[in-house]
Amino acid sequence: MILGFALSFIAMIAGGLFGRHLAISQVGRTGETGSAGPNRAHSLPKFHGYMLAWHIGFAALGLLALHGFRRDLLSTPWLIAGLALTTLLAALHSRRIIKPELRARDYVERYVRISLLLCSAVAVLTTFGIVLSLIFESARFFEKVSFLEFLTGLQWSPQTAIRADQAGQSGAFGAVPIFAGTFMIMAVAMLIATPIGLMIAIYLSEYATAKVRGIVKPFIEILAGVPTVVYGFFALLTVGPAIRGLAESMGFAVPTQSAIAAGSVMGVMIIPFISSLSDDVINAVPQNLRDGAYALGATKSETMTQVIFPAALPGIMGAILLGVSRAIGETMIVVMAAGRAANLTGNPFEAVTTVTVQVVSLLTGDQEFDSAKTLAAFALGLVLFVITLILNVIALLIVRRYRERYE
Amino acid sequence: MVTLSSDPQAASDMQLAPEDLKFHVRNVRVSYGEKEALHGVDLDIAKTGVTAFIGPSGCGKSTFLRVFNRMNDTIPGARVSGEVLLDGEDIYGPDVDPVLLRARVGMVFQKPNPFPKSIYDNVAYGPRIHGLTKSATELDEVVEKSLRRAALWDEVKDRLNEQGTGLSGGQQQRLVIARAIAVQPEVILMDEPASALDPIATARLEELIDELKDRYCIIIVTHSMAQAARVSQRTAFFHLGHLVEYDATNTVFTNPTDSRTQDYITGRTG
Amino acid sequence: MSDATPPETTSIHQSADAHKLLRKRRRRERGFRMMGMSAIVMAMCALTWLLISIVGTGYTAFYQHQMTIDVVLDETVLDPNGTRDPDELRKANFRRIIQNTLYARFPDITDRRARQDLFKTVSASGATDLVRQMVYKTPSLIGQTLTLEVPTSDDVDQLLKGYIDREVSEDRRKLSDQQIKWVDELVASGEVHARFNWAFFTATDSRDPELAGIAGAVAGSFMALLVAFVVAVPIGIGAAVYLEEFAPENLFTDIVEININNLAAVPSIIFGLLGLAVFLNFFGMPRSAPLVGGLVLALMTLPTIIIAARAALRAVSPSIVDGALSLGASKTQAVFHHKVPLAAPGILTGTIIGMAQALGETAPLLMIGMVAFVTEIPTSITEPASALPVQIFLWADSAERAWAERTSAAIIALLVVLLSMNALAIFLRSKLERRW
Repeated sequence: MILGFALSFIAMIAGGLFGRHLAISQVGRTGETGSAGPNRAHSLPKFHGYMLAWHIGFAALGLLALHGFRRDLLSTPWLIAGLALTTLLAALHSRRIIKPELRARDYVERYVRISLLLCSAVAVLTTFGIVLSLIFESARFFEKVSFLEFLTGLQWSPQTAIRADQAGQSGAFGAVPIFAGTFMIMAVAMLIATPIGLMIAIYLSEYATAKVRGIVKPFIEILAGVPTVVYGFFALLTVGPAIRGLAESMGFAVPTQSAIAAGSVMGVMIIPFISSLSDDVINAVPQNLRDGAYALGATKSETMTQVIFPAALPGIMGAILLGVSRAIGETMIVVMAAGRAANLTGNPFEAVTTVTVQVVSLLTGDQEFDSAKTLAAFALGLVLFVITLILNVIALLIVRRYRERYE
Repeated sequence: MVTLSSDPQAASDMQLAPEDLKFHVRNVRVSYGEKEALHGVDLDIAKTGVTAFIGPSGCGKSTFLRVFNRMNDTIPGARVSGEVLLDGEDIYGPDVDPVLLRARVGMVFQKPNPFPKSIYDNVAYGPRIHGLTKSATELDEVVEKSLRRAALWDEVKDRLNEQGTGLSGGQQQRLVIARAIAVQPEVILMDEPASALDPIATARLEELIDELKDRYCIIIVTHSMAQAARVSQRTAFFHLGHLVEYDATNTVFTNPTDSRTQDYITGRTG
Repeated sequence: MSDATPPETTSIHQSADAHKLLRKRRRRERGFRMMGMSAIVMAMCALTWLLISIVGTGYTAFYQHQMTIDVVLDETVLDPNGTRDPDELRKANFRRIIQNTLYARFPDITDRRARQDLFKTVSASGATDLVRQMVYKTPSLIGQTLTLEVPTSDDVDQLLKGYIDREVSEDRRKLSDQQIKWVDELVASGEVHARFNWAFFTATDSRDPELAGIAGAVAGSFMALLVAFVVAVPIGIGAAVYLEEFAPENLFTDIVEININNLAAVPSIIFGLLGLAVFLNFFGMPRSAPLVGGLVLALMTLPTIIIAARAALRAVSPSIVDGALSLGASKTQAVFHHKVPLAAPGILTGTIIGMAQALGETAPLLMIGMVAFVTEIPTSITEPASALPVQIFLWADSAERAWAERTSAAIIALLVVLLSMNALAIFLRSKLERRW
């Protein structure tokens, strides 16, 4: 595959040089482009080169795609042969078409546009890839385990399902405890992140001097740039034991891995997310609303809570929804600090598990790919994708409409 | 107490009796960062009636207007020096709370800025935060009275719960005036209040200003000399951060003493 | 106040009631302000706590205790037949050599159990590997006596770093009183001493914490980032240029827009599932390889780069393009010759930030199997490899104190790289950005 790409690239360069050479031999170097007369070329020789390079490139892309999808039809030796053949054909073809009056530049422009379009199509293809692979694998999972069972079952113990002869296999894939755990950790995280993030945004946009902002903002950005695996380790190494110690000193027994430990560290991770989005939103509220409130003799806090905040509420809701989507999809913190046991509990001081934790623990380790256990990971992934997709789209639409209102 | 004749340098040509005096301004300078926008203004403002500030854009008239309710405080880097007495009390004094000052000195802005709340809540906002009413019925009365005074009651009385932002531009501007009146101010500052309005709405607004002038001290900044001539009793002309001329409106427009004023009102400078 | 009379001379706002209310309002204002400040203080405390706990745990990993020993390369142990056959030498009993060296240092100890305990003060595999390498390379050393520095065992290292409590009763501690006595004696004589821990940066993963290093993971991360960079940057810029300059206003463009914004918020683990299902299972690419990791990271950072590049392109004044068009350049030429170069600083900044994100990402790499225990530095992007954040994840699983120290040190290394990338981005933004 890499070899194929490298060869195509070399072929394109060679083709480009050849095309340029052809054009120069046909119409001369550059001087003629501007001059009138029968020999006047439409395009500079380099465009003839680009054109040929692009012809080869498109053909090679097709071959590479075929090679990628159907290796049985086009194996590596044939790919190389095919590349050589197309390069040769393109060169021969260009011998026929390269003439002074050929509008090579127009062709190149069109090809550039098509290539750029293909670039932006990658983003769409990614989504298609996600949706198709999740649906395809989940469908295979739901052949083995009923959909209703998955969504409403209270018992999650995928380990037992490996041995098909075992009794109780059908009762092992009830995902409710996982959803409950995910929800609980998300709730803990948002209970911490929303007020702190919002207050930071309010303080920075309404109270802080430029100097304070200059100090605080980079700090918050650092908080946003810390990798999640680091937060996870922090929760495991420091926060979990600290909470356990605190609880023990008050006479409770709390495990090191608990919903509260993972949730609170996740809350810290989401603070910068909420604060920077809300900061944008609050700043988008027109200054004349502030002026109006101040001119009536409102204090800053009254202006903020009674005028700016209601005006910014839709945008802030959008920010919170995006935060929730983050919290639900966050993986490393919960994998390291929340535990793996699928407890159905309402107590945040117990270990719970989440969708992402289960996806990781089902797919790491040596598993057969077709077992219900690994396929379950895709079903969970599908649920995760659908929920975050809904949250993201609602949030994006709210924020977009909110921006338009004040523009 | 202030004696008006004590300062022979005062640009003011107006002689006001002390009991008619609302604002007494001496040597006020305003600067934003390094740049000074207002270079020492002396001016007295009467208790009732309309005072108009006119002058070419950038002359400092809006900046000066924001001196009277300390709105310049909200702009980072703005500094005000000099003496501004409201009923004899320095409003830049250490124990003056701008919040209370702004309750006494209301303001209306260029662009109507109703809050994204209901019409009722817009008007009730000031009385609520300042605790001016004891009961809901009293608040209802204040809202109605303010809307009546702002000549908006008849148009909105059936839809008090609709969004204030849904009104037309002229209605919004009158709503904002009603909002200001509801706080029971003594002074209303208006910063080019008609600049975003069409001619009909402007005419209604000017009518309203005329009705309000007996009860409040009104200071209006306008770029329209015609408007100043129509609504004001006294006019101050500003130029490049200086108060050039201040006199009865009639005098300023018919018999200006300064050549810069003359050039401006005859259209030679803008 | 009735409608007819003019206002009283003293305003209701100057009444005693008004002042009382004002004091209350000012108190509320101060309370609100305090809430804002405490929110900031809380966030900063959380960050400080995180940094202190990690740096505090990790900084000691940057030095390590070594033991100087005189190794007698006894021919009767290593090569009793005298053949110097490399295969024989590789299998020779180097463990015995190290053991003999220690027994010679403490000749009084004869008890078997005590001798075992004594041997546990050095890193067994660390010392034997070192000697084995030397002898294998230069067989002529056999018969000589070498003075070497070998790493102490992780327990001794932790003891000397002060993490093992000497006061705790012997049975609850990893080192016996006797072992501690030996170590103290060796320290007093200068045979055990602290050295900068180069091995941490040059070694690969190991079962023994005193030998484990991050070189393999760093190489894996670097390769994956390289792949991500090569794939994501051209495609990202291409997509941004298309959407910003050429895209017609139609349904497709709208879908692409929403899609990109949504992709930026899709959980990273979903990209891992995509990589697993598409790259590994469908295209049959190698598991655990930086190539696949890089491709997944590329798809993940693509939205970031596209969004940043679009913002940078939008910030360039359209008059630049108009100027070029008026000279007879085509739209494509105008855009690529004039607009893209001017937007380059912004695009570069976005790219660096996207790459920093990719560098810290863990979850998708777990999905495509980059969690293998790899003890070789990978030499190509199709070989199994680990990555720095994954290495952190793996080490974090081990409970021993020495691993926590190593994990924290790896995090420090990762954070230093990430911070410098972000600092570079900020620096470039301020240096190169032209104002329009």
